Amino acid sequence: MILLEDVNKTYSQGAPALNGISLKIEKGEFVFIVGNSGSGKSTLIKLLLKELEPTKGRICVNNRDLGKMKRREVPRFRREIGIVFQDFRLLKDRNVYDNIAFAQKVIEKPTRSIKKRVPQVLTQVGLSEKYKSFPKELSGGEQQRVALARALVNGPSILLADEPTGNLDPKNSWEIMKLLEEVNKRGTTVVVVTHNREIVDAMQKRVITMNKGVIVSDEEKGGHYYADKYVSL
Amino acid sequence: MRISTLAYSIRQGLKNIRRNKLFSIASIGTIAACVFLLGIFYAIVTNFTHIVDNAEEQITITVFFTNGNTEEYKAEHEAIGEQILANPDVADIKYTSSQEAWDEYKGVYFGEREELAEGFGDDNPLANSASYTVYLKDIDKQSEVVAFLKGLDGIRDVNYSESTAETLSDFGKLAGYISVGIIIILLAVGIFLISNTIMIGISVRKEEIGIMKLIGATDYFVRSPFVVEGVLIGLVGATIPLVLLYFIYEKIIGYVMSQFSTLQSFIDFLPTNQIFKIMIPIGLLIGAGIGFIGSKISIRKHLRV
Repeated sequence: MILLEDVNKTYSQGAPALNGISLKIEKGEFVFIVGNSGSGKSTLIKLLLKELEPTKGRICVNNRDLGKMKRREVPRFRREIGIVFQDFRLLKDRNVYDNIAFAQKVIEKPTRSIKKRVPQVLTQVGLSEKYKSFPKELSGGEQQRVALARALVNGPSILLADEPTGNLDPKNSWEIMKLLEEVNKRGTTVVVVTHNREIVDAMQKRVITMNKGVIVSDEEKGGHYYADKYVSL
Repeated sequence: MRISTLAYSIRQGLKNIRRNKLFSIASIGTIAACVFLLGIFYAIVTNFTHIVDNAEEQITITVFFTNGNTEEYKAEHEAIGEQILANPDVADIKYTSSQEAWDEYKGVYFGEREELAEGFGDDNPLANSASYTVYLKDIDKQSEVVAFLKGLDGIRDVNYSESTAETLSDFGKLAGYISVGIIIILLAVGIFLISNTIMIGISVRKEEIGIMKLIGATDYFVRSPFVVEGVLIGLVGATIPLVLLYFIYEKIIGYVMSQFSTLQSFIDFLPTNQIFKIMIPIGLLIGAGIGFIGSKISIRKHLRV
């Protein structure tokens, strides 16, 4: 479960990135967060990962108050959260298998269990045949699937995806979304930050719209229309 | 630490060194230079201390008795000897009887012309001059021991050389201060240079470190390969000058002795093995320590993700 109570975040210079955000996401939900650039979506993700500290307010993730969490407890907390980025952030000098195994090595899983677990997630994202390929040999969609596999390999209870389809064509975008939906069906809470209007409208999930650091709408089975209203092109 | 994590850290550490070959070599060179200078300095200071120690051993205090005749007052002298030995700053004492004092005098002043002493017949002009030679544990304590000796009953006179003792003691202290100063400077330079090298390795892997932190790596796990890298560079950097110094030390001592043969009579250099028994572990420890601290300093700020 994710809970934010009156959260503010102001960077050293400029206007607040988040301004009085209160939000509750239940376990097992699938939520889209949409909004203009600079609306505070990425700041929100960073706060949930405890990459940033809020200026004010309280954030609880999986019943743990992040404000009270000690620095040495952060790594263990992050192991409960999978993260996928727009630019994939794969290690270019390692092949697909090693990129995924890396996430398990980092949390010091024994080699035997890594050898068992990595092929499972590779099958789950449909890349079992490309385990020897290097990132540069893969398409954008395939790279994002590797990133997704890496996020899933440690069995997180929450999956955060920051613009996961931002660099992908529509076909690959849909494939990634289908995978995320599948992950959600298995019980993982999924939070997707996106600009992809077509997907948001089609999937009919909960949609939280942000603008200039505040939540302007929170629709149970919403679309991208609120965001459209605020996008100034 | 898991064996697999240890293996990972070593593998990554070696990889980092290979990736930043030039900077690694530069770091090894700097640490080698640091340890080389430290080694030379250590050899000089240790030999100097050794020479000073030898000289200090020659500095003794001579104690004469109020009743200095051995034949009559032997028991009294022995009692005083026990009191002197009980002083914690006294290393040893040597008794010179009246007869020994006279024999020694004759040896020194009459030499081979023994006939000059014949006029004394069986008389001992130094019959009242039995003495103790007192050896000190620490030359710094000479004045305290002199005061103690003067305060004892049955003592007529205490002979000592204040200026020699003070000069040697000051020399020792000066050598100590200079060595601490130079060691601190060299260590600081070494740490600064190695932390810069590691920093370059980190900047190459900045993204990787960021990903590691976000997927739940502990600081310890992120840090380990860099620490391994620093320690390995430090150890290699320390080994080179140690090997070099080992082979040139004896040659330099031999050269100094052959060029300045007059030194041989009063200067005794320490043998190679005795110097290196301590210099090798210290050198390796310093190399590894510079690497360890340098890498920890440079990685610290990158862990705050």
